[in-house]
Amino acid sequence: MTSAPSKLYADDVSLLVVSLDTNPFFWSTFSFPFSEFISHVLAFFNSILLLSQLNQIVVIATGCNSCSYIYDSSSDSNHSSEAVGMPALYSNLLQKLEEFVAKDEQLGKAQTPGAIASSLLSGSLSMALCYIQRIFRSGPLHPQPRILCLQGSPDGPEQYVAVMNAIFSAQRSTVPIDSCFIGSNNSAFLQQASYITGGIYYRPPQLDGLFQYLSMVFATDLHSRAFLRLPKSVGVDFRASCFCHKQTIDMGYVCSVCLSIFCEHHQKCSTCGSVFGQSQSAANL
Amino acid sequence: MSTGQVIKRAKYKTSLKDPGTDGVLKLTEEKLFFRPNDPTSNMKLEVDFKSIQSHRNTKEGSNKPPWLNLGHSQGNYIFELASYPDLNVCREFVGAAVLLLCFTLGSISTLSGIALSRNKSGEAPPAISGEQLSPAEMELRIKLLREDSKLQKLHRELVASGKLTESEFWATRKKLLDKDESRKLKQRVGFKNSMIFDTKPMSDGRTNQVTFSLTPEIKNQIFALKPAVHQAFLNFVPSKMTEKDFWTKYFRAEYLHSTKNAVAAAAEAAEDEELAVFLKDDEILEKESRKKVRRVDPTLDMEADQGDDYTHLPDHGIFRDGSKEVSEAQHQLCRRTLLQDLNRQGAVVLEGRTLDSEMEHQRTVAEVLERTRHESDGDIEQERRNRISRMTQIEDLQEQGDHPFAPLCIKDPREYFDSQQANAVKTLDHSQAGMDQTRCNLSSEEAYGFLKVSISKIKTLGISDPLVSPEIASKVLAGLTKNISTSKYQYGKNSQESVLDILPNTTKEQLLDHWVCSQELLRHFWSSYPITTSNLNTKVNRLKDSISQMYSKLEEIKVSARSDMRHQVSLIVHPMQQVLDAALLHYDADKRKRNAKAQRLNGYA
Repeated sequence: MTSAPSKLYADDVSLLVVSLDTNPFFWSTFSFPFSEFISHVLAFFNSILLLSQLNQIVVIATGCNSCSYIYDSSSDSNHSSEAVGMPALYSNLLQKLEEFVAKDEQLGKAQTPGAIASSLLSGSLSMALCYIQRIFRSGPLHPQPRILCLQGSPDGPEQYVAVMNAIFSAQRSTVPIDSCFIGSNNSAFLQQASYITGGIYYRPPQLDGLFQYLSMVFATDLHSRAFLRLPKSVGVDFRASCFCHKQTIDMGYVCSVCLSIFCEHHQKCSTCGSVFGQSQSAANL
Repeated sequence: MSTGQVIKRAKYKTSLKDPGTDGVLKLTEEKLFFRPNDPTSNMKLEVDFKSIQSHRNTKEGSNKPPWLNLGHSQGNYIFELASYPDLNVCREFVGAAVLLLCFTLGSISTLSGIALSRNKSGEAPPAISGEQLSPAEMELRIKLLREDSKLQKLHRELVASGKLTESEFWATRKKLLDKDESRKLKQRVGFKNSMIFDTKPMSDGRTNQVTFSLTPEIKNQIFALKPAVHQAFLNFVPSKMTEKDFWTKYFRAEYLHSTKNAVAAAAEAAEDEELAVFLKDDEILEKESRKKVRRVDPTLDMEADQGDDYTHLPDHGIFRDGSKEVSEAQHQLCRRTLLQDLNRQGAVVLEGRTLDSEMEHQRTVAEVLERTRHESDGDIEQERRNRISRMTQIEDLQEQGDHPFAPLCIKDPREYFDSQQANAVKTLDHSQAGMDQTRCNLSSEEAYGFLKVSISKIKTLGISDPLVSPEIASKVLAGLTKNISTSKYQYGKNSQESVLDILPNTTKEQLLDHWVCSQELLRHFWSSYPITTSNLNTKVNRLKDSISQMYSKLEEIKVSARSDMRHQVSLIVHPMQQVLDAALLHYDADKRKRNAKAQRLNGYA
């Protein structure tokens, strides 16, 4: 499916870049099995492609050690692979996913065994944005891009700065980040991402019906969203991570020069090097 | 205080010298009562606040007893309170009560009474000093309240019921008060920008007489613009000629100048040496301009400014005709050009007025002007030296001055990220250890193995046929559509229409009032944190009580709403209660924290 001049990109044609959480530590302990999850998601991908012939899907696997593009509907080799009784989309994607997981495991072995990583959300967001930028620069006619994060594992506070930067660049290029959070607690990162970029954040209460949630909430293109009443977020967790210990904090110190956030008083800003004076309250203590 | 009355032990004094009668002072919103301890005493008082025209009190630390002095039409009621805190409470209360009455009665008479009695305060005993408002400020507040009925309502609600004190209420509205203040800004009148060189002669047409009109203002301007005339005035006036002669001569010169008859002017100048002074170029001015040229940065390219010359423009709508002057410029005496005049005028206007024009006597005015000019000369010379010394430095070779700010240095970003990487790895297990215990039990091989099994499972089994069972599907549908408010369907047709409009008017009003009120309370509440003084502590306690009252009021509204409206009302009330909840939660948490801290401190002690 290479772009032909006959193609007419109407305002309801979407480019959906999906970040798929493949954190093995999360899935192996989570109540909802990964196989179930992936079958719902595959059905959802299929329905997106069926909605319009011009719709495009790019899937990025988000692992603990790496991220990788595992599927791109525009470069899909249409010939079916060995698996019978399964659409080419599914088999190709699963094939790539398997390869990715193996590679991710290899990468993980090189590292210290004790470190349990959260999924590299920042990495997959950056990859998604890069892909979208390429689409933007391909010409004046392109599908409407959006990012969907299918995330389950909890936030890695150490990625705070990187994730926030990705969010802001998405905001700048008016790419909404939708998030469907599977995990038990809400994700502050994704809440903020959707809030800032004008996307939808939703945490399905009933995972058995994940496909239906996906198709009812996240399948709608940007143009149609104006006519729908999509679930509103109840609240956004705006807490930040401190730059010094990467902990999520309610209250902290902010550098008056570069706005870096710290959980405790420092002599000097580690980001910009400004020297802080003794604060009034600290002097009193 | 929220009960709407204050009861304090006090002594009632009929006059300053009176030792006073012990008793109890009770203040309510409308009246003040005094009951002496001795029931037989006839010093009982019951006074309407309406008749109170002023209130004063002694200042804390003025080693005077805490007196509250309430002025009425016949005299004063003086109460000596037990302590200054008592006095402050009473003062606040009385102030609020009087202010409240002022605008509820809708008459300014009480207020003007206050203002009047303040003006007479010269006769008041010096011990009683006004810690309270100036009458102007009081007037301003009343005016603001009167102009804004909503503000008035809020004031009544919060201040009169004692939820906030008068000063607290206004403290958040400083802007309102300031706005009116700023109107009164005093600005001195500067020099007129019009050219006074153009004192137009008026001729009656029949005789050869021309009349110049001259006011002290114009004289002042002439002195400022033409130092030579000024100098001449100082030299000649009382000794050689009268002031009138002087000005006649001056205007004669001006007239000659304006006729452009250079020959005639020269002839006249030859005859009369005093007149010549006016026709000659102003030496003082020249000297000054030479001085100014020396002050110009030597590195400045003066050539560039030649393009700015606008003598080529015909007549700028100014009486003087520039083009003609140029042609006659070769004559020595008449070299005053329009450009020079304009420049001089501009310089003088910018210099501003150095003294009040009201001074009548020209001679003294002239002298004063002379003096100020001399004073400034010294400064100018000093400034010039400084400037030269500054300019002659070559900046590059100078050592860096002590900057009052820390220079911004953005470090190499790689360095930052490297240091953070180490941090991240270090804190990773630490921060997530408590989050998910079960995860630590699993090795990465097991975890990845599990994932691989799942993938191969779906590869072999394919996707289950009914992906979502019908029961679950209907559940999901219900869940997703449940939150779509029904009111949107019923009333949302017209976007102008809000849910508030469908409520009965009283409920709507009530809700709006409560909203404004709770906003005000919350603003005060949050601004009192962190609690650093005991004053703030009492304020917070008071506010917390009011907030919980507000909360129950909202609850009442919710309950009392008509059944068909109840849902809508609760939808509106819910966020209002949420914000109050947040405040109450914070109060409790903070209190707990402070108590713990206090205990800890005690433990160490």
